[in-house]
Amino acid sequence: MKKIIELKNISKAFDGEGVLNDISLYINDNEFITLLGPSGCGKTTLLRMIGGFEHPDKGDILFLGERINDVPPHKRHVNTVFQKYALFPHLNVFENVAFPLRECKVPKDEINKKVNEILGLVMLGNFAGRSVTSLSGGQQQRVAIARALISHPRVLLLDEPLGALDLKLRKDMQQELKKIQQSTGITFVFVTHDQEEALSMSDTIVVLNEGKIQQIGTPADIYNEPDNAFVADFIGESNIIDGVMLENYKVSFSGHTFECLDKGFAANEPVDVVVRPEDVDIVAPEKGMLSGTVTQVTFMGVHNEIIVDIGGFKWMIQTTDSVNVDEHIGISLDPDAIHIMKKSKYSGMFGDYSSYSNELDELADAGGEE
Amino acid sequence: MNKHKKGGAFLPLAPYSLWSVLFIVVPLIFVAYYAFTDEAFRFTTENITRFFTATSNIQAEDGTMQEVRTYLVIFGRSLKLAVISTFICLLMGYPMAYIMARAKERTQKILVTLIMIPMWMNFLIRTYAWMTILQDTGIINNILGFFGIQPIHIIGTETAVIIGMVYDYFPYMILPIYSIMAKMDTKLLEAARDLGCNSFGVLRRVIFPLSLPGVISGITMVLIPSISTFYISQKLGNGKFFLIGDAIEGQYIANNLHFAAAIAFILMVILLVCMGVVKYFTSKTYGGE
Repeated sequence: MKKIIELKNISKAFDGEGVLNDISLYINDNEFITLLGPSGCGKTTLLRMIGGFEHPDKGDILFLGERINDVPPHKRHVNTVFQKYALFPHLNVFENVAFPLRECKVPKDEINKKVNEILGLVMLGNFAGRSVTSLSGGQQQRVAIARALISHPRVLLLDEPLGALDLKLRKDMQQELKKIQQSTGITFVFVTHDQEEALSMSDTIVVLNEGKIQQIGTPADIYNEPDNAFVADFIGESNIIDGVMLENYKVSFSGHTFECLDKGFAANEPVDVVVRPEDVDIVAPEKGMLSGTVTQVTFMGVHNEIIVDIGGFKWMIQTTDSVNVDEHIGISLDPDAIHIMKKSKYSGMFGDYSSYSNELDELADAGGEE
Repeated sequence: MNKHKKGGAFLPLAPYSLWSVLFIVVPLIFVAYYAFTDEAFRFTTENITRFFTATSNIQAEDGTMQEVRTYLVIFGRSLKLAVISTFICLLMGYPMAYIMARAKERTQKILVTLIMIPMWMNFLIRTYAWMTILQDTGIINNILGFFGIQPIHIIGTETAVIIGMVYDYFPYMILPIYSIMAKMDTKLLEAARDLGCNSFGVLRRVIFPLSLPGVISGITMVLIPSISTFYISQKLGNGKFFLIGDAIEGQYIANNLHFAAAIAFILMVILLVCMGVVKYFTSKTYGGE
């Protein structure tokens, strides 16, 4: 695969405060790559650097092998879909989309043809003459995408483009964006703080936190084999327990020794153990590898989300079984339900559901961005 | 977005409505009433026709005497000086507003204050200050003399009047343009660059069209007072450039209230028509807003 963009040892500080710290990353041609992280992790700054709106303090940006640090935005083969679309309010839909073509002095009939074609692609064929201020959020979004695609950039940068849309529309647009990416073959660099969005759309996910890359991988890699406690917690729900790797394929935690699929750790090395809530089987107390008391049950529709106190550590388990608060249950774990991570600076910060509350979680999610 | 019902908004507006009726609408009615009546307050259009038909003899440049329509000539002269002053204000104000809007916030505040400070001083005093600056033995000529340069004659010329007008009305041009530029979403400028515009392209295709409403209100706010100005021309033009404002003042002092009102009324109608035309064209361009 051809590398279209390479970032080499990029660092950036605003007013002495480090935002990006030695980021190295390459982006393949034709791929859908997502920069994922909480607000303030530096993902937007990274995107703006590729677009040419920020300059790295240290490091190089390469485009097809050529250094483009000092190339201004209008000379880069990269276009951006801005967070709040940034449509020109003095121009109608047609003129917004035709904007880049007029700059290149494309002949009139060709502009007409191209604009109508792309408006058809984003399903706004009948909206050409409308004022952009009269459009709904979803429609404005499509205009912004059409405008960014019409001059066939090599790379399209999308800065949280779905953030302002409601859930239903967001799901539809996710599908549509993915379709557009596949049909045009343009490389998409997508920025979001929404892990579900990242998992469902991307070929590759780059997880960022505190200006550093935490993990790069396919959605399945990131979900199944998180590198550290931050990634495990940020992508989906995780129980993260202190453990000790006894030998290859044997790990001990919560006073029990489990078989697992991981190897390559030193004997008796302290590790973080990740168990996804949906991978836990509930069994009778006497048959369980571990046992504990249910402290909370929340009905979620498809499943119940229960919190179980096992030796003082609170686990989250998702199950279709019905259990009651104060019930004593046993749990059983298959070897492939257990994922072992090396200790990191995030160890012990995440993955314990002692103070868990659905409401708080939602508040924290919603209040995230800007 | 949220449209208030008209009835609900009326009550809180009552004091302001009363104010504008008392101090704006009623005086305007009086102006119109005086314009269309004679000394005995009988209806007449004589004052209006006098504006268009009164003649006087002036000396043309080649020395011959010419009969001209007095008030039309005066109005033409006022319009010419006002248009020139407005144009100069725009030419200086637009780039200045642009630079201000892009400056750091602290710098912006300082610049806005600097522009407003002269407005805190009395208009007459400012005009007197310009007299001492522009006089044949004034500050400018003293400085020129110091460097051994021949003195220049400014006071009593059209240039002096224009300088005075530009100085007095400049803030009214720069502030509306600045405020619209400062509010402009920087993301739009980034989007334009992203879509292939160089700096000049961004200015031409995004900043300028979006700042037009500010330019229009700046032009309106400078052109209208400078058309009807009267004091500047007397002091800086040595009374040689009798303007329409001077005409109104002169008739008023001479106690020709009805004719003074007629000139004021005609001026008002002309300005209203101009503003209406401007408004029509801008709302056509900015239909959505």
